[in-house]
Amino acid sequence: MKNIEMEALLNTEVPAPSPASRLRSWGPWLLVAVLVALPLLPLPDFWIIQLNYIGIYTLPVLGLVLLTGVGRLTSFGQAAFVGIGAYTTAFLTVNYGLSPWITLFIGLALTGISAAIIGGITLRMSGHYLPLATIAWALSLYFLMGNLDGLGKYDGILGVKGLTLFGIEVGQQRIFYAIAWTLSLVGCFAVIRLLDSRSGRAIRALAGGSQMAEAMGVDTLRHKIGIFVFAALLASVSGWLFAHFQRTVNPSPFGIRMGIEYLFMAVLGGAAHVWGAIAGSGVVKLLEDQLQVLLPKLIGTSGSYELIVFGIMIVLVLKYLPDGLWAFVDRRLPRPQRAVDWRDAAELPARAKPAAGEVVLDVQAIRKTFGGLVAVNDISFQTRAGQIVGLIGPNGAGKSTTFNLITGVLGLSGGAVRFRGEQIGGLPSRRIAERGVARTFQHVKMVADMTVLENVALGAHLRGRRGPIAAMLRSDRAEERQLLREAERQLQRVGMGDLLHETAGNLAMGQQRLLEIARALCADPALLLLDEPAAGLRHKEKQALAEVLRDLRATGMSILLVEHDMGLVMDICDHIVVMEFGTHLMEGTPAEVQQSPKVRAAYLGTEH
Amino acid sequence: MDFSIASILTLDGLTNGAIYALLGVGIVLVFTVTRVIFIPQGEFVAYGALTLAIFQTGKVPGTVWLLLILAGVASAMDFVSTWRHRGNPAAGLIAAARTFVVPAVVSAISAWAAPRNLPLAVQALLTICIVTAYGPLVYRVAYQSLAGASSLVLLIVSVGVHFAMTGLGLLFFGAEGFRNPSFWDQRFPLGPLNINGQALIIFLASAALIVLLWLFFERSLYGKALRATAVNRLGARLMGISTMAAGQLTFAMAALIGALSGLLIGPTTTIFYDSGFLIGLKGFVAGVIGGLASYPGALVGALGVGVIESFGSFWASSFKEVIVFTIILPVLLWRSISSGHSDEEH
Repeated sequence: MKNIEMEALLNTEVPAPSPASRLRSWGPWLLVAVLVALPLLPLPDFWIIQLNYIGIYTLPVLGLVLLTGVGRLTSFGQAAFVGIGAYTTAFLTVNYGLSPWITLFIGLALTGISAAIIGGITLRMSGHYLPLATIAWALSLYFLMGNLDGLGKYDGILGVKGLTLFGIEVGQQRIFYAIAWTLSLVGCFAVIRLLDSRSGRAIRALAGGSQMAEAMGVDTLRHKIGIFVFAALLASVSGWLFAHFQRTVNPSPFGIRMGIEYLFMAVLGGAAHVWGAIAGSGVVKLLEDQLQVLLPKLIGTSGSYELIVFGIMIVLVLKYLPDGLWAFVDRRLPRPQRAVDWRDAAELPARAKPAAGEVVLDVQAIRKTFGGLVAVNDISFQTRAGQIVGLIGPNGAGKSTTFNLITGVLGLSGGAVRFRGEQIGGLPSRRIAERGVARTFQHVKMVADMTVLENVALGAHLRGRRGPIAAMLRSDRAEERQLLREAERQLQRVGMGDLLHETAGNLAMGQQRLLEIARALCADPALLLLDEPAAGLRHKEKQALAEVLRDLRATGMSILLVEHDMGLVMDICDHIVVMEFGTHLMEGTPAEVQQSPKVRAAYLGTEH
Repeated sequence: MDFSIASILTLDGLTNGAIYALLGVGIVLVFTVTRVIFIPQGEFVAYGALTLAIFQTGKVPGTVWLLLILAGVASAMDFVSTWRHRGNPAAGLIAAARTFVVPAVVSAISAWAAPRNLPLAVQALLTICIVTAYGPLVYRVAYQSLAGASSLVLLIVSVGVHFAMTGLGLLFFGAEGFRNPSFWDQRFPLGPLNINGQALIIFLASAALIVLLWLFFERSLYGKALRATAVNRLGARLMGISTMAAGQLTFAMAALIGALSGLLIGPTTTIFYDSGFLIGLKGFVAGVIGGLASYPGALVGALGVGVIESFGSFWASSFKEVIVFTIILPVLLWRSISSGHSDEEH
């Protein structure tokens, strides 16, 4: 069977890399080599200028890869951010004679502030408001640039000087090429490094909605604003390059049309792949040039007819090539396994655990109403350290709603939740997670294209401190090794130590549930909430799960369990709370619950 | 500024606002039924105004040929998909013919009528027919097979359609602008104001269409079916509602609204092939004020946008677009604060 072969393969400590996977690790360096070699070849100047444009376009598109491809947020405003960078440097160098190397940072600051304001306003709301806001904002900025006297109205600012570096004129040819492509490649590697880090995992979790990420303690709003600002900063650098390359700025290259074109470049190149940014900007730039020559000849008059082709291409690409051009390359290169370098990392500090028997969770008459429907009606119960409490009841009894109330996914309509004596009702879920409450979900929520190990490491998010800048500079590696070590430890605990490098989306249902448990354990919780952990598990796996839960109980963990498998519930729970139609039916030991005629009636109906 | 200028500006703003209201309602309509953020709504405005303008010159508008091409592509797609689905080329041909017949008839009548210099009202009616026929075809060609995709993908498709339609507008109408004759030149003095017939038509047409839409969605079974597809596509299909037909009908309505707006706005300003985008986006600002969900909200928002625009052009004419598109930010801020935290999108 394929699975067994795969497991066997994964079990080997040092797998021999296939030539293709070797190409994946060498590919970026190959690209760098090609980019270094190109200007050394006797290419005509025209080609160097084209390559410079592609380098300039790559930066804002790279921002979109992070924002749209990874974070699933769409912005049509990249061109406007390019415009802020370009106008800032043009205005300040021409009117005040500042050095471009200073105005670069002023432009970055201005762009960063505007992006933070726009992101802060729109990113709280559901997905489609951001693109709309960026369209409106890009338009107003365009008209502002076109109407301000100080910015030269629609004529723009002329006579921007070229860059000089250590007294050397950079010009528009090979030296400029070196600067533009150095910046672009630095951007690419920075994004790659960012994505493979604590912050990167949080960003990759954004695509699946905020619930799971928040439950892992990720401040999703901050991360969304963060990637929006970072994408804008990349665009700003591009604008700075553009201004000193063209030697003039006017509003038209920063309008909404260009904003859409950047998005097209990202989608065509492959919005989820860093190298897709280069592929997309290259293909679109070359295509645009060809079409601008070809189409007017074909049609007989001049005009921006390439829009028609681009428009039709956007629709066709989304229909037949939704992952973009780079996906073809990506598919052919198997990912090399992550090198295991964390085995000797220091252990993460653990939080002080409650003493055995201490009340960990105290739920007092919590209530949730949706309009006139009372989904949870004054439910009260307690869980203690070293105790497994089962929450059972027929479908629709309000068990998952109770879970969501305890973990802060839903707001309370009434009542109180105390965790280790502290009031946690009404807190957002990441604040509750911070205090040591970890959970799994009834419908598994994971990042399907990350490896099992990375998914589980997401659970340890709150136990790390290093942010995105540390990730780009790689000064987070010591902490990263600690996080990964913890992730591996928890995976081994649930019996998935041999699947570290598997892509999470390839797992069977039962394994996905175990992954969620391992992820929750990574948070070093004092209270673990498991929502139907045994659903989809085979018999042996259930037995193993029960064993894991007993072990956890022995370490003093408090576990609250929603489960339909009565065998498992009766086997491992110390105490059981039964719910029916949102109300508290009874509670007691498994034996008491099994004997209760009320419970039997709730599950099977009354006898007549 | 005295009272008379203020009242003239207000009237002017409300007139434009009534058109933005139509477009805002169209955008809300498309979004609620299909989850498509319909950027090309504005292109239908330009197509409507310019088609009528070309009719006025006695030529066959380019939109007629484009309609035939689009109908050809859509029928070819229907042919292939039906053939594959049913395994029967004859069924495919029938499906293709069904798609092709209405646009073909509309095109034929238009080609026949164009050189005959028929009355303005007839030409206007033909224009509406032509542009409305675009709606279902655009849905069929660009959106239908992606109907299950995320609203973000649909938005990017919209942008593609907008690009293509703008470029085709340039190809078929050229770069010069047109201003249409007024439908009704009568003037009614009212204090300092001078209400002209065109403004009255705009108000009446907008109000009538909004009331009709409201009745359709609130009172008719079919309207409710459309709303159901918006809430849950799968559920609606299980109830026997064709989401495909719902999408095509919605797009036809959106195109009709666009065409009508184009006819209404044509006599008040010069329309170029790319004017529709900005006009449509003002409808968008209105729709966003209504949260992309509420028709009365979009109406109030649209009138507000119109009035702000007209006062903006009086005080700072070159910055009026800046003002109109910047007000979306405080509106979004207010919405984001009042709506609390974001909802999970899946």
